[in-house]
Amino acid sequence: MSTVKLTVNGKAVAVDVEDRTLLVQLLRDHLNLTGTHVGCDTSQCGACVVHMDGRAVKSCTMLAGQADGASITTIEGIAKGAELHPMQAAFRDNHGLQCGYCTPGMIMSAIDIVQRHGGQLDEATVRHELEGNICRCTGYHNIVKAVLDAAGRMKVSQAAE
Amino acid sequence: MGVEGIGARVVRKEDKRFITGKGRYVDDIKLLGMTHAHFVRSPHAHAKVKGIDSSAALNMPGVVAVLTGQQIVDDKVGNLICGWAITSKDGSPMKMGAWPAMAPETVRFVGQAVAVVIAESKNLARDAAEAVVVSYEELPAVADVHAAIKSGAPQLHPEAPGNQVYDWVIGDEGATDAAFAKAANVVKLDVTNNRLAPNAMEPRAALADYDAAEEHFTLYTTSQNPHVARLVLSAFYNIAPEHKLRVIAPDVGGGFGSKIFIYPEEMVALWASKKIGRPVKWTGDRTEAFLTDAHGRDHVTHAEMAFDANNKITGLKVKTYANFGAYMSLFSSSVPTYLYATLLSGQYNIPAIHAEVIGVYTNTTPVDAYRGAGRPEASYLIERLMETAARQLNVDPAALRRNNFITEFPHQTPVIMAYDVGDFNASLDAAMKAIDYAGFAGRKAKAKADGKLRGIGVSCYIEACGIAPSKAVGSLGAGVGLWESAEVRVNPVGTIEILTGSHSHGQGHETTFCQLVAERLGVPISQVSIVHGDTDKVQFGMGTYGSRSAAVGLTAILKAMEKMESKAKKIAAHALEASEADIVIENGEFKVTGTDKAIALPMVALAAYTAHNLPDGMEPGLKESAFYDPTNFTFPAGTYICELEVDAGTGKTSFVNFVAADDFGRLINPMIVEGQVHGGLVQGIGQALLEHAIYDDNGQPITASFMDYAMPRADDVPSFNLSHTTTLCPGNPLGIKGCGEAGAIGASAAVINAITDAIGKNNLEMPATPDRVWRTIHAA
Repeated sequence: MSTVKLTVNGKAVAVDVEDRTLLVQLLRDHLNLTGTHVGCDTSQCGACVVHMDGRAVKSCTMLAGQADGASITTIEGIAKGAELHPMQAAFRDNHGLQCGYCTPGMIMSAIDIVQRHGGQLDEATVRHELEGNICRCTGYHNIVKAVLDAAGRMKVSQAAE
Repeated sequence: MGVEGIGARVVRKEDKRFITGKGRYVDDIKLLGMTHAHFVRSPHAHAKVKGIDSSAALNMPGVVAVLTGQQIVDDKVGNLICGWAITSKDGSPMKMGAWPAMAPETVRFVGQAVAVVIAESKNLARDAAEAVVVSYEELPAVADVHAAIKSGAPQLHPEAPGNQVYDWVIGDEGATDAAFAKAANVVKLDVTNNRLAPNAMEPRAALADYDAAEEHFTLYTTSQNPHVARLVLSAFYNIAPEHKLRVIAPDVGGGFGSKIFIYPEEMVALWASKKIGRPVKWTGDRTEAFLTDAHGRDHVTHAEMAFDANNKITGLKVKTYANFGAYMSLFSSSVPTYLYATLLSGQYNIPAIHAEVIGVYTNTTPVDAYRGAGRPEASYLIERLMETAARQLNVDPAALRRNNFITEFPHQTPVIMAYDVGDFNASLDAAMKAIDYAGFAGRKAKAKADGKLRGIGVSCYIEACGIAPSKAVGSLGAGVGLWESAEVRVNPVGTIEILTGSHSHGQGHETTFCQLVAERLGVPISQVSIVHGDTDKVQFGMGTYGSRSAAVGLTAILKAMEKMESKAKKIAAHALEASEADIVIENGEFKVTGTDKAIALPMVALAAYTAHNLPDGMEPGLKESAFYDPTNFTFPAGTYICELEVDAGTGKTSFVNFVAADDFGRLINPMIVEGQVHGGLVQGIGQALLEHAIYDDNGQPITASFMDYAMPRADDVPSFNLSHTTTLCPGNPLGIKGCGEAGAIGASAAVINAITDAIGKNNLEMPATPDRVWRTIHAA
């Protein structure tokens, strides 16, 4: 057992876990943050994507201990109170989700994609960048639309800040 | 249409919880004292279980119990059933091999459970499962359908000699033979419909909780049809009588058919919960999903189509071998028979059809309904035949289809189905216009000049969904009725709850079903909530599959609404001292037509519950229910056209354009309908280009993770150009046909027809991987 100290959605936490505990298990089982999902166990599907120190990571493929000292943001931590993150709003407005299972990972990956590309995105780039996130429901059509829409919204909201 | 009524592109009510991480799936639920199950599964495709030594596992930390197949048999938990009886051509019933929830004696596919470890955590259960020592005596195994029916092949079940489940026929053999005897041309085709893994993103899960004081079970499960699960668990598996078993399907993360069936894991979780006296949770991992979720498709078919001198189809002969895997899953028997062969007429006037379907056991994961269920196999076969025929007869593929379209309705096909309505020319025209079919030759020539092989492929699909009249399916062997139930509860303050037996696993029922209420009453959808997925709340239901939730489920809601409205009008008329016939409902008010007299819905509702001033003899309350049984299947149809380029150097396919023109009848929410089509198209494209659940000759699965099984990724597929043509379905009052499966049914033929057009060679099996396409291009 080890104590892992980290910041999750802005809150400092210390959790005693078995050394083999995965980050996703810490989030789901110990902190009850069940918005982060497990879809494949082999780092392919991306349902488990969270942000560690601002970068998208697959939380099923790293040990909780590797996140010691890090700042983790999950799907539960991106809205500002009642105000949705522009990516969340874009997924809803563009019908970018159906069953909702891949959605948290998709949104967390998509935010990372927009941030890395500075809002300069086209369809081909979004499709290439989403390779690590699998959706079985939407056929990606509306996810791609949502990401491009959000890229515009995030640019606007950045400019406003 | 109001802003939230029928036809409006209303943003989904359920999305808020999914985009904020507040969805509630089975694995998100924790119960006090909950234990975790991990199954010990066979590594062999076929073996005798000689012994199970649990002693080491039982001594490991946190282990609560190790339970085996023999114990579940001893406790008289029933064997798994198949709910649709099929009769072979010789009159004999289908041959059912016994399928216990965990195997006591013989395992017949890799992944079949032989024991289960229950422990304090998931990790501890997994650790201990590795310490359970199972002695196996390996037996010869067979995975290929043709190998399985050869004499001398390994035999799976003593009940099924020759590994044959059934040999079933449909249609008029004599008339079909006569048509072929007179044919001017005969087109022949051999087709394999590749085995697929459904791969809903949420793995299956079950959480069972036994209350010893009440002798009552609660099961949280990943189900498309919780009431059917309760019925089967109760009536056939001896878990508990229905009133002592509550089944809850909370948010369900996709299904595509695979979550219709009641699997061994749910049975074991319930049984184990009673045995150990604590809640038991099982959540599958992705490899378990590949090994144990029912697979789809897996047909091998030879077909011949006869044409007269005018290129009119005169006959069709089909012989299909359907691989069922090691056991007959819940609805498996119906898939290659009544859901497949009854659609072999496609969109075409075919006077004589004869089909024979031979169901075969192999040492592989059981096969059952997967998005489309039989209809993709039929549509793929017919549309590949039409394309092959066009090439052989040297006519334009679209023109050959048009020359054979059914144009008068109703149309009785020779294979049971009576198409009620359609306009196949309209959808073909719309798709051809959208893709500029006329300009294709020029684009192909230009691509050729650039060194690219460009092709175009047409697919005109039809399907039967909205299943179905209970009487009709009952006469064909179904073990269940296929109606739907609904209840409308108007609360005393005028808010409305709709209880439905349909159950969304991504389809957006919480939005579309509210739109019907908004349309009829003129109230905002925020005032309406949908209650589903819980057998304690909803009286009964048949669930969501076969594109039936709008055509059947929503119609049941409409029927209940009509009853409620009729009573509410009486109350309003009484309050307004008007004639009931003069009351109209607008914007949430009951108005006396032609006057300014009105009473708001909440006042009507309150009057119904206070019961101070109701018409004489009227019962208090405002709640009505209905059961709706359709009068026919519905027949969504459409045309998909795909234009693509193949790189002759690598065999890689790149999409140029993909258009879909669908006729789904009336659309409740076009945004949601389009989403259903997008998802279906990508599953069809996935089958055509990428996906294949592969076994080696010994029954070892080669594709048991996302590293081996090629799921469609965002950069494998294009964006789509969708349109709709409309003929309203006469079979239900809303005119709805259903849209959930069309994409998966029609897309794969369009892709393969386009690739074979591009490379100029007709023989190409799915999935058309770059390797396979390259070899086909360069084959001598």
